Amino acid sequence: MAKTLYDKLFDSHVVHEENGTALIYIDRHLVHEVTSPQAFEGLRLAGRKPWRISSIVATADHNTPTNGWDKGLAGIADPVARLQIETLSDNIREFGAKAYFPFMDARQGIVHVVGPEQGATLPGMTVVCGDSHTSTHGAFGALAHGIGTSEVEHVMATQCLVQKKSKTMQVLVNGTLGRGVTAKDVALAIIGKTGTAGGNGYAIEFAGSAIRSLSMEGRMTLCNMAIEAGARAGMVAVDDTTINYVKGRPFAPKAEQWDAAVAYWHTLHSDEGAKFDATVTLDATFIQPQVTWGTSPEMVVDIDGRVPGLDLAKNEVQRGDWERAYAYMGLTPNTPISEISIDKVFIGSCTNSRIEDLRAAAAIAKGKHVAPNVKLALVVPGSGLVKAQAELEGLDKIFTEAGFEWREPGCSMCLAMNADRLEPGERCASTSNRNFEGRQGQGGRTHLVSPQMAAAAAVAGHFVDVRQFI
Amino acid sequence: MKPFIKLDGLVAPLDRANVDTDAIIPKQFLKSIKRSGFGPNAFDEWRYLDHGEPGMDNSKRKINPDFVLNQARYQGASVLLTRENFGCGSSREHAPWALEDYGFKVVIASSFADIFFNNCFKNGMLPIVLSAEVVNTLFNQVAANEGYKLNIDLAAQTVTTPSGEVHAFEVDAVRKHNLLNGLDDIGLTMQQQDKIKAFEAKHQQAQPWLFN
Repeated sequence: MAKTLYDKLFDSHVVHEENGTALIYIDRHLVHEVTSPQAFEGLRLAGRKPWRISSIVATADHNTPTNGWDKGLAGIADPVARLQIETLSDNIREFGAKAYFPFMDARQGIVHVVGPEQGATLPGMTVVCGDSHTSTHGAFGALAHGIGTSEVEHVMATQCLVQKKSKTMQVLVNGTLGRGVTAKDVALAIIGKTGTAGGNGYAIEFAGSAIRSLSMEGRMTLCNMAIEAGARAGMVAVDDTTINYVKGRPFAPKAEQWDAAVAYWHTLHSDEGAKFDATVTLDATFIQPQVTWGTSPEMVVDIDGRVPGLDLAKNEVQRGDWERAYAYMGLTPNTPISEISIDKVFIGSCTNSRIEDLRAAAAIAKGKHVAPNVKLALVVPGSGLVKAQAELEGLDKIFTEAGFEWREPGCSMCLAMNADRLEPGERCASTSNRNFEGRQGQGGRTHLVSPQMAAAAAVAGHFVDVRQFI
Repeated sequence: MKPFIKLDGLVAPLDRANVDTDAIIPKQFLKSIKRSGFGPNAFDEWRYLDHGEPGMDNSKRKINPDFVLNQARYQGASVLLTRENFGCGSSREHAPWALEDYGFKVVIASSFADIFFNNCFKNGMLPIVLSAEVVNTLFNQVAANEGYKLNIDLAAQTVTTPSGEVHAFEVDAVRKHNLLNGLDDIGLTMQQQDKIKAFEAKHQQAQPWLFN
């Protein structure tokens, strides 16, 4: 029978199945400081050891500061955050890992940037992490999703996860993306169509000519946002783009193992005629640069659009949500998006902090300057290696000459666990993934955009169609 | 894990869709390396008028009188009634930890985000999906009747209203069994360790690069 990519990945990892619930084997376990301490403590209390240490790759990212690195750990002003970062180091020392990139290591960074960069994420793998954006790794034709801390402990102890098979959804995007339209805009356009609950219970496979033509960075951005559509896992079939990206990375297979791996990886696609439980279709040629206006990623419109009026809400519950969103965001219905001015800009996060994202933002910023009303424009590379590469290309100079701050890697203002945050009422053009109330700081107002749209907004001081700049 | 069998619990209504895990437990509280003590900061940004940080004495903070859970009639609630896609966003298990620590044992909604839904079962909590119509009816009944309680019976898979209306709900058989008996997932999986070892050996032979 013709199988979907999801079926192939799931079925090839089933250890045991009973009453429709399977035990699936986990190949890669990514670990960070926030969702792991209670799991390690659980192991310790039960006298258990990790089942397979070579599956664990760890780094510190959520809490780490993006400046003041010359002071080392002592530079982390918040003692609670510092303890969490130190606890990760202590736990890895006690329990072990295949690789650990601690705070300030040259390879440290956002776990979803570091994994692929190191070749620790490979096609055909099952990948888990105590972080919902683990869906990112599905870009490699892997089955990857976020888990809770109890499951982190479960995977450490047993190398397995208790799972029920998800339904499958194919998101088909055919056609050619227009100038200035990126994977981020595709992701937001999809969520605008499906809603943030549209993917609940599904694993999404992104397919179609527009997806095939995306780089690995673009595919990671797209799969990263699958969770914002409600789907735990997003994925893209393996092709030459995937294989070329993986080749030569530190943990990628070498020599004769490489050829065997590539032969297998070429089978990681949905078979002709495979049936999906749902299909969503978008025409790439109609996708415009996107900007969210509200407090959920589904509250999104085209750059030339307006904050929607209540007459467009589909029911009473949505009307209530929109009214709360107008109030929280300080916006009135029917305001043109391009008239919304901003206070801060954040370019970074596991969604958009890879080298391609920084190149795209720098291309817009080059030779221009951040508008006077913008108090802070932050560029936070996804990892130490992304930062080094960007500096090699002179991107840091472009940003700093344009008035952006060039920072050390980490999750930073995507979730504002470290010192980078919005103050109450501040409005931000952000390349991150969530515009929830308080996400970037209590009372902060987040608008999600692509890296080039964020750079253009920084320069203009308000949202603007990036196509005017290119 | 503590078993969940039956509950006759006071219901608190949270009339919003898409309540995300950042709202349930804001990020600053995720710095804790403990598993308990999150209850006083559940819904922190809605519940208090000031900005909360870990280590604050929450009893001295300014309460937001407009937030539903602060109303006198909902004190002691153990059933949270809410709308679609509850628990969306982050995978933080701190969200169910905070709700459980606050005193909720059951959350009723017309739908849940997958990871949150799954996390509830790992903590002896029962998330119940009822149709949007039934959820709407329950919201009206809660608003109209102070002290409104629901009776939840996991074995029978029913939610019973004070007037005796019975709403059946679905629950996965394995999850139900584990919850009724308070079974620890890790212990159960360890019973399959021979199968895991056998799978692992076969898997390594087929894809040795996964084990480098």
